[in-house]
Amino acid sequence: MSDIIAIDGLSKTYESGFTALRDVNLHIRKGEIFALLGPNGAGKTTLISIVCGIVNPGPGTVLVDGCDIRRDYRAARSRIGLVPQELSTDAFETVWATVNFSRGLFGKPADPAYVEKVLRDLSLWDKRKDKIMALSGGMKRRVMIAKALAHEPAILFLDEPTAGVDVELRRDMWNLVRGLRERGVTIILTTHYIEEAEEMADRVGVISGGEIILVEHTRTLMEKLGRKELRLQLAAPLEAIPAGLSDLNLVLEGDGHELVYGFDARHDQADVAGLLRRLGEQGIEFRDLRTRESSLEDIFVDLVHNRRTGD
Amino acid sequence: MNLHGVKAIYLFEMARTWRTLMQSIASPVISTSLYFVVFGSAIGSRMVEIDGISYGAFIIPGLIMLMLLNESISNASFGIYMPKFTGTIYEVLSAPISPLEIVAGYVGAAASKSIILGLLILATSRLFVDFSIARPFAMIGFLALTAVTFSLFGFIIGVWADGFEKLQIIPMMIVTPLTFLGGTFYSVNMLPPVWQTVTLFNPVVYLVSGFRWSFYGVADVHVAVSLGMTLVFMLVCVGLITWIFKTGYRLRT
Ligand SMILES: Nc1ncnc2c1ncn2[C@@H]1O[C@H](COP(=O)(O)OP(=O)(O)O)[C@@H](O)[C@H]1O
Ligand SMILES: [Mg+2]
Repeated sequence: MSDIIAIDGLSKTYESGFTALRDVNLHIRKGEIFALLGPNGAGKTTLISIVCGIVNPGPGTVLVDGCDIRRDYRAARSRIGLVPQELSTDAFETVWATVNFSRGLFGKPADPAYVEKVLRDLSLWDKRKDKIMALSGGMKRRVMIAKALAHEPAILFLDEPTAGVDVELRRDMWNLVRGLRERGVTIILTTHYIEEAEEMADRVGVISGGEIILVEHTRTLMEKLGRKELRLQLAAPLEAIPAGLSDLNLVLEGDGHELVYGFDARHDQADVAGLLRRLGEQGIEFRDLRTRESSLEDIFVDLVHNRRTGD
Repeated sequence: MNLHGVKAIYLFEMARTWRTLMQSIASPVISTSLYFVVFGSAIGSRMVEIDGISYGAFIIPGLIMLMLLNESISNASFGIYMPKFTGTIYEVLSAPISPLEIVAGYVGAAASKSIILGLLILATSRLFVDFSIARPFAMIGFLALTAVTFSLFGFIIGVWADGFEKLQIIPMMIVTPLTFLGGTFYSVNMLPPVWQTVTLFNPVVYLVSGFRWSFYGVADVHVAVSLGMTLVFMLVCVGLITWIFKTGYRLRT
């Protein structure tokens, strides 16, 4: 079985009566980096917290490497490492003690060599004897990552890993994530920064209002939904789109100085060549041109917007 | 079984004790010793004997119980309240560890600390007051049973509390009065008949009575009743904790 996490028909209604997840179906493949993308309040943290055992699940099933999170919670949880969204650490313990505590808590015998490696990977080795409260916010976040990795999990959850994180830590974190993936660790991260998903993830799932709206390979999604734009700076302004070009999706902007050609990325690139040839035939000259691809951000805004307007 | 997990929680909690040695060990020992000095040596020498025991010796079991209840409750409640307060509880909740193992770690550590404290205070009291212990094994048994029972109770309070005031209100408003009125400083037989009956609703009476019996062989109620009541209270606590983990009450939403 290649699905390391299988979530089927999962819903969650909090005691307050608020329904945070509606019939979520999500299958994560072994060894992939999966980005769960959605606006604040979409239900990302709720979903992760259920899989990890922090929030009581509602109806539905969740299997982690084939183990039911309710019936077989020990087996399920021992495979998972979690770096939660909130920065919460002990204060008076040393870095070394807290990371070893995590390893023990997850049922693993002490392994100082492994813990040393984790601390070195996270540039925490020099700080191992420091009390956690003496560390900076960024260092504390590193400690939380070290704690999550202390028991050699096969699956790592990173809930909003880069929210409020400095550039250096961000870079280190992505290096770490890539390294982990090479060792076969499955990584699931949530974010509302699209670039992150675009840059890092093999697949993206979009969640909004407690529902999974779509799950797609990052590249396929970009190709399928991404739009391209070709912008031409004209040598002389046009009053209107020439009649001979009315079959194309053209718009005039900048008082007729700029011609914008929008097309779906999945369409043939030859269309661009065709356009340029036809412009030449019409005697329209241009000084400059540039293309722009819509980012996941645009796609995401579209999706969520369409959802809201019931499209 | 996740024994590594139990050990991790237990050692984490004990480390907290050693780290705060002054506050967690020295301060209860010193404050209880003050009772011995005042009631045992100073005033005690002018008091009549109770049940043929000098007043100073008579109050020792009750004073140790007083300290034992307070320390067990405050330690165990603090131990589970803090991670809830700071948010680090997420790690325990996400760990492959059963409720029983979690309780074993937290309550085991709180009870261990109480027992160590109880024995320290017992040794200290011997410096001020002359007494002997008739049934040392029974004494240790009562000490351990009470420490575990009230650490369980403290664990429940720590889960229930959603603020520091609540953490302190039960020990302060209920446990301390009950201990003072529970036959620590007097024998229940010395009370008017009506109050003797009322007192029997105070669970601490059974604890103090049983504990004192292990020292001097005298008791306000039969030792079997003391033992039975302590066990009943312990089972109630175990039942409540089972319910807490079943429903996720104040731990999981
Ligand atoms: N314990 C709770 N009780 C009631 N509602 C909650 C609770 N936790 C979260 N919610 C609500 O559930 C929704 C989803 O929250 P969350 O999963 O944290 O979203 P995200 O992580 O995507 O920002 C939010 O509207 C939030 O207010
Ligand atoms: Mg969140």
